[in-house]
Amino acid sequence: MDSEADAARPWIEAVTPDYPALIDRAHRVAELYNMVNVPQAVWIDEAGKIVRPAENAGAYEGFRAMDLETWTIPEDEVTAIVKAQATYFSAVADWVRYGAACGHIYDADQAKAHTSLPSRNSAQAHCYFRLGQYLLRHGRAAEASVHFGEASRLHPESWNIWRQAAEKNETGLNNSAEFWARVEALGDGYYYPPVDIKGMPE
Amino acid sequence: MTVILSQLGEFEVRDGPGDGLWLEPDQAAAATGWALRPEGLCRGDICVPIPAGRGANFAADGKVNLAAFWDHMDMPSATSADGDIWTLGESADNRAASLLSLDAPDFTLPDLAGEAHSLSDYRGNKVLLTTWASW
Repeated sequence: MDSEADAARPWIEAVTPDYPALIDRAHRVAELYNMVNVPQAVWIDEAGKIVRPAENAGAYEGFRAMDLETWTIPEDEVTAIVKAQATYFSAVADWVRYGAACGHIYDADQAKAHTSLPSRNSAQAHCYFRLGQYLLRHGRAAEASVHFGEASRLHPESWNIWRQAAEKNETGLNNSAEFWARVEALGDGYYYPPVDIKGMPE
Repeated sequence: MTVILSQLGEFEVRDGPGDGLWLEPDQAAAATGWALRPEGLCRGDICVPIPAGRGANFAADGKVNLAAFWDHMDMPSATSADGDIWTLGESADNRAASLLSLDAPDFTLPDLAGEAHSLSDYRGNKVLLTTWASW
């Protein structure tokens, strides 16, 4: 989910993945699958059916314990972050190896129950966001900004929309005071909602 | 020239005079997949009739007003202040129906080299579709 190939380039080139790494300037995949944050993932089987709808792909809430002076996260939270990621990857590996028998695949009813559905507002927000991204690419940043604001007003749950448009530091990261304030404003709400996989840390 | 950002991609079109998004039916169909027929504006099996008594807002002088149809169909749209760029979106209901069918929606996006990849290219494989961002 990046505005331009050049933003994603250094990350892709550092990894040289043997899987396709695609540039989604308008966040079309987020729109189609009703995603609101990264990393989120969908599991799709050989027949093109969704067997696990869009979900948090193993990220963990522990980053919220980060000390904003030292930019460090407490040891126990780091452990949980690493465990969450490893648990998710392990589940994916199980699926690759064992297919439907892996125990992580939803049947049709479960998959539907785990599907979060778009709203009129989120659909309208994606129109504003896509328009804004186009305007931004064509040197009309001030105009774009208005549409990004509208998009976030209508779809405040979308961190993708908000952070893509928000202030970035010199390495392209949105790490602003505004971001941390917005995270804090979640209160007991999740930034990374827990994913329904056995072994995930609480 | 007017640019339309639709479900089918990005299109440069000639927008007719006046408010709204007035296109020749061929251009409208190419840009959106919705074709003007005697029954109304149609996509696949679905036809949306022109509302009685307001026909002039929807189709006139050999052109079709996509903006009016989009509003009428309760589908989201957005336009620049000048009206030179339009996003014609898909309704939340249609998106929801698509997701609940559990058929993974197809898409085509470029890699760093500009090569296009579609999800449907990978039919026959398990696909982990995952997202990340530089920000």
